[in-house]
Amino acid sequence: MTMILRPSLEDIRSIGYYLGKVVIGLGLTMLVPIALGLVFKEFNPVLDFIIAIEIALLFGTLLVKLCATEKDLNWMQGMIVVSLSWLAAMLLGAIPFYLSGHWKSFLDACFDAISGFATTGLTLAQDIDHFSYTHNFWRHLTMFIGGQGIVIIALSFFVKGLSGAFKMYVGEARDEKVLPNVIHTARFIWTVGIVYLSLGTLSLGAVGILGGMRPVEAFFHGACIFMTAFDTGGFAPQSQSILYYHSLAFEVVTISIMLLGAINFKLHYHLWTGNRKEIFKNLETVALFISIAAIFFIVAVGLDRSGAYPRVVMLFRKGFYQLVSGHSGTGFMTIYARQFINEWGNLALVGMISAMALGGATCSTTGGIKMLRLGLIIKALKQDLKRIILPEKAVVVERYHHIKEAFLEDKQVRSAFLITLAYLVLYFAGALIGMFFGYPFLDSLFESTSAAANVGLSCGITSVNMPAALKVTYMMQMWAGRLEFMSVFTLFGFLIAAVKGK
Amino acid sequence: MRAFLQITLLILAFLVMPSPAPAANTAAVSSAELINNARQYDGKTITYEGEVIGEIMPRGDHVWVNVNDGLGAIGVWMERDMAGDIVYTGNYRSKGDWVAVTGVFNRACPEHGGDLDIHASGLRRIGAGRAIKQRLNITKRNLALVLLGLLCLVLILRPSRRS
Repeated sequence: MTMILRPSLEDIRSIGYYLGKVVIGLGLTMLVPIALGLVFKEFNPVLDFIIAIEIALLFGTLLVKLCATEKDLNWMQGMIVVSLSWLAAMLLGAIPFYLSGHWKSFLDACFDAISGFATTGLTLAQDIDHFSYTHNFWRHLTMFIGGQGIVIIALSFFVKGLSGAFKMYVGEARDEKVLPNVIHTARFIWTVGIVYLSLGTLSLGAVGILGGMRPVEAFFHGACIFMTAFDTGGFAPQSQSILYYHSLAFEVVTISIMLLGAINFKLHYHLWTGNRKEIFKNLETVALFISIAAIFFIVAVGLDRSGAYPRVVMLFRKGFYQLVSGHSGTGFMTIYARQFINEWGNLALVGMISAMALGGATCSTTGGIKMLRLGLIIKALKQDLKRIILPEKAVVVERYHHIKEAFLEDKQVRSAFLITLAYLVLYFAGALIGMFFGYPFLDSLFESTSAAANVGLSCGITSVNMPAALKVTYMMQMWAGRLEFMSVFTLFGFLIAAVKGK
Repeated sequence: MRAFLQITLLILAFLVMPSPAPAANTAAVSSAELINNARQYDGKTITYEGEVIGEIMPRGDHVWVNVNDGLGAIGVWMERDMAGDIVYTGNYRSKGDWVAVTGVFNRACPEHGGDLDIHASGLRRIGAGRAIKQRLNITKRNLALVLLGLLCLVLILRPSRRS
């Protein structure tokens, strides 16, 4: 029998110290909505953020001072810091939401905070159309922060030790370094984000102005929509999501931004350094485009059979937009939630669920199984088929291109299968709980997949009136799905060791 | 006798008069009802009431006006002049005008890429919007001050460092 070791005081000190740093970093991000609120003279919303930032600094400083240590993190500690950081982000992010009065309970505010940080987009907010600029901006900023990486903020500014930094980076489901040094990687991810943010805001703002919006509104909406499109989040400043704008140009620009957000950050680096060929050779990108095309075929046949759209142009515009939104894990909508169930038909719905379940690229802000894993599993199946067909003595090797040429190894395939299996279990477990509360199977599977794969499309289950236990289920799914299980499992292991260890 | 003739003529006129064209559903239909039963209402003239929210977005001689009835918001496509009566649109600083829109409901509008929308033939302002005055919340201000005091206390604490 294996003996479980109880975590030492030193473990707790290290975790507390780094968690404190992340909490301080998170608190400081609230200076952005405070500055915006002062510009727009929204003093009550500013007070909400001052209270939240004070609570963050209070707890962060207490943790740093009480747990002061100079030791670097080990793997277990790094993973736990990450999973706790996301829970801390949820609690802190929910404070200004709750104080605004637009959420009916603190649980609902926490739901939206984790939905924001995990770049999901499911919402329980009330009366979105009367939000202050300050609160509305914070909703979208949570997605930008979460998408770029909560811990990455701390990595960029506060953490000195490189090895501990790398452990937290991996814990946040980013197992690939863009640059040799993880802190440079973190800074590169932020630089890319900020440059795209400026360009995206300008283009969406211009489209908004051409669509009849006032410049201030157009650029405010442009910045918000960019942050949630590039970080594949899905919150929108108005209750109708993208349907509010009634604009084809807006849809075209957001589709482009969603696709940019769905590709690997490492690929962005290659694009920036002029290596454009990589995009056509990369296993992940190729898998993404094939998957979009194949699933669109299923959705289009489904929509045609259900008669949802009498003209091909309409079918393409609605079908393709929701598909890219679902596949990239964004969650923008140009239809109403109930239209999925009432009008789209089962085949199109199954297509949408598959797209959401698969997600975009690894090391991007999308959720779900991800294209690299899909590509590796398909390659492994191909290799096994070859082994069956070819003579026994034949040596079968499979190669793939992901940034560089590589041979397929059993270790990679096993890891890809395990994470895929974990996601499938998560999708179906959420669906089962939804059915337990009386929702039909397909509706439950749709909403559960959307939560666990951090998409944010809704077929109407997510509402303020849904059972609290289902809200908590979706929150857990968003958290575990975003972190790709490892750091969440480590946290549970740590808690078990704390209780049962010797 | 003359009075009798007049009454008889009146009754006859009433009987032979063609029945009026099916009138628009005068009772307002909610957004939830429209979205959940979109096929049933598709192409029908309906009346929809709600608050004008966001911005009025001009497109040529028409405008888009988004109207929220508290259950959801639907885009209304109308001639530019029709929107001239709208004074307030709903946002953080104002409660928008409450309007009754009569028009054709489209489940998947052929003119607007399949959007679920209403093409208005009439708009009536039935409730005036207003600017919302924001007063500083004293409880929140006091809480912020107390927390600031606590934060200062924590900041002067010495870190506990083990050798």
